[in-house]
Amino acid sequence: MRHLLSIADLDAQAASTLLDTADRLEQTLLGRQVRKLPTLRGRTVVTVFYENSTRTRVSFEIAGKWMSADVINVSIGGSSVGKGESLRDTALTLAAAGADCVVVRHPASGAAHRLAQWLAHTGVAVVNAGDGTHEHPTQALLDAQTLRQRLGDIAGRRIAVVGDVLHSRVARSNVLLLTLLGAQVVLVAPPTLLPSGVGSWPVEVSHDLDAVLGGVDAVMMLRVQAERMHGGFFPSAREYAVDYGLNRRRLDLLPEHAPVLHPGPMLRGMEISSAVADSGRALVTEQVRNGVHLRMAVLYHLLAGEEVE
Amino acid sequence: MTSTEIDSSPVLLRGVRPYGEGEPVDLLVADGRIVAIDAAGSVDAGQAEVVDAAGLVALPGFVDLHTHLREPGREDAETIDTGSASATLGGYTAVFAMANTDPVADNAVLVEHVWRRGREVGLVDVHPVGAVTVGLGGERLAELGGMARSAAQVRMFSDDGVCVADPLLMRRALEYSSVLGATIAQHAEEPRLTVGAQAHEGERAALLGLAGWPAAAEESIVARDCLLAHRTGGRLHVCHVSTAGTVEVLRWAAGPLAALPTLAAGGRPGRVSAEVTPHHLLLTDERLATYDPVNKVNPPLRTEADTLALRAALAEGVIDCVATDHAPHAPQDKDCEWSAARPGMLGLETALSVVVETMVTTGLLDWRGVARVMSERPAELVGLADQGRPIAVGEPASLVLIDPTAHWTVRGSESASLADNTPFEGMRLPARVVATMLRGRFTARDGKVLRWIDSC
Ligand SMILES: [Zn+2]
Repeated sequence: MRHLLSIADLDAQAASTLLDTADRLEQTLLGRQVRKLPTLRGRTVVTVFYENSTRTRVSFEIAGKWMSADVINVSIGGSSVGKGESLRDTALTLAAAGADCVVVRHPASGAAHRLAQWLAHTGVAVVNAGDGTHEHPTQALLDAQTLRQRLGDIAGRRIAVVGDVLHSRVARSNVLLLTLLGAQVVLVAPPTLLPSGVGSWPVEVSHDLDAVLGGVDAVMMLRVQAERMHGGFFPSAREYAVDYGLNRRRLDLLPEHAPVLHPGPMLRGMEISSAVADSGRALVTEQVRNGVHLRMAVLYHLLAGEEVE
Repeated sequence: MTSTEIDSSPVLLRGVRPYGEGEPVDLLVADGRIVAIDAAGSVDAGQAEVVDAAGLVALPGFVDLHTHLREPGREDAETIDTGSASATLGGYTAVFAMANTDPVADNAVLVEHVWRRGREVGLVDVHPVGAVTVGLGGERLAELGGMARSAAQVRMFSDDGVCVADPLLMRRALEYSSVLGATIAQHAEEPRLTVGAQAHEGERAALLGLAGWPAAAEESIVARDCLLAHRTGGRLHVCHVSTAGTVEVLRWAAGPLAALPTLAAGGRPGRVSAEVTPHHLLLTDERLATYDPVNKVNPPLRTEADTLALRAALAEGVIDCVATDHAPHAPQDKDCEWSAARPGMLGLETALSVVVETMVTTGLLDWRGVARVMSERPAELVGLADQGRPIAVGEPASLVLIDPTAHWTVRGSESASLADNTPFEGMRLPARVVATMLRGRFTARDGKVLRWIDSC
């Protein structure tokens, strides 16, 4: 594995290996007072975030530090974004300054791919930490890890992904990964929040959350960006909550064993009611914890020289 | 001295095949005109330079209704000089320079400047396109009459790059320009349907997370404008048609719609024409997978079904002509992330080969058909008197000579354009322009541009 740009770059074997490595790393660290492995000593990981995301950045930072890598965080504010040359120049600067791995979050779809192209002549690895409305592969991997811990095998499971699929990089990565691992995916959203090419995806599509819930093994709720609410994608937050929000009543429709996932931050009362969010069925903290181990696994396979394939 | 005043020395093309048809002939050119055509070997060269043209196809020089020359304003991307050089290497003898320069060509002074600069360079006839609205702002009509009456004699107006989206303003533009004998060329893109659009709306864009540019955004504007043109008697030219649905709208406009009565003054019927670019004939949105912005263009690359519909429509005449939408860009405007990159592709030097690849080798057009869509029809649409003329005695000697058997590999770095943003980089394409002649004088020969200063 040279970069992690997209789930589409992984096969089932490589994806499972990453999840297994994350498991192994978690076990290794379990019960330790000093959570530090020497694995990546002397390697430099730079996180470059063109969009705010404390959650994801901190997760990568802790992952790197627990493996003794030097982690440097770079935040580039919104004003310089849109200046196309800045990403390319930043990439070349980081390579020249000696970065071994660049973790990038960027508002443009494909930004991580472009970064990898510009860094092709260097040895620098690129991890996509979210590019526009394209993908967020480590989020999908940590979601899969969370599901695997709760459900055992993912293959043959039926998983609902609910909400703003159109703008969600989390949904794209999850559809690819869950189907790669043998799950059936049902997308539940109003037609305005589904991409127009969705008909060719290996998924089912529904606009009726109530009808779907009884037959699934897990529900993944997606974030609705605040700026979408007045963009005419749906009439109002209230109507969205009524039709697509996960509330107490709907939780009861869900089979006993089925957990609820949410990539956070949650819009309580709209996407998910507090009763659901704070119930034992929501695995939000597990997702965050698994995020660190999973990102350790990704950095390990990219930087410790061990092939995932 | 300008190109039109040059007294060219006579040239005898030995063994050439006009339109690729019939037996080879000798074609004698003098004083800017074709003065003799007769069986190969039979024409007396006299004082003429004899050029061995055996095996070459002669067509009337190509006319491009849609070129971006970037001057004034972005001379780092292209100039009238480098764009003209690129055009002549591609077999063109006339190009229409779009108005979206900086400043915008929305007044007589500016269009005259572009026209005059084109004459100084002298490689192709540069016809400025005037803006429809002031500053391409889409709010009030530019002085169309002033531009039409200027030395540049503007006959085509376009806000290309943006759509004249306001239906009332579009109606007025069609009405007003109709008495000027001018055409309104529309970049058909309903702006509300393409907010943030980055790629053709469909499977590929959904997968790549690029906001979609729906086919209906083009089709709805074309349908609206066809209605307006028909009812007002205006002349509408649809730029860079990109979807199968637009082709169907054009069929409807030429058939059922045209049969309805018009309310235009004097009962003058409206007229609708359309162009397609070489890249929309050949390339599809499958090319987007790498996010390389060299493939970013507006309207975007569409699906294979669209390319097939466009080819069929061009062959049938539902689409009138090929236009390049040659859009050079400086490296920093292309070598960046997809959303930050400017849309556009080079096109002048590859147009013939792409048309041959998509239309001739597929059996959809013969060489006479190529002449129709790349030369005769575009010249006719904008009323050029001495371009796109038949290859016949007494006609102007503006010609392109083509090696129909050649193959070549496209290299952006070898282009005469200042830019190198060609989507055909590394592609092996058929047919090659060997020489271009503007009113009896070679402007390009064997891959080299022949400037007036060189030919003295
Ligand atoms: Zn355009």
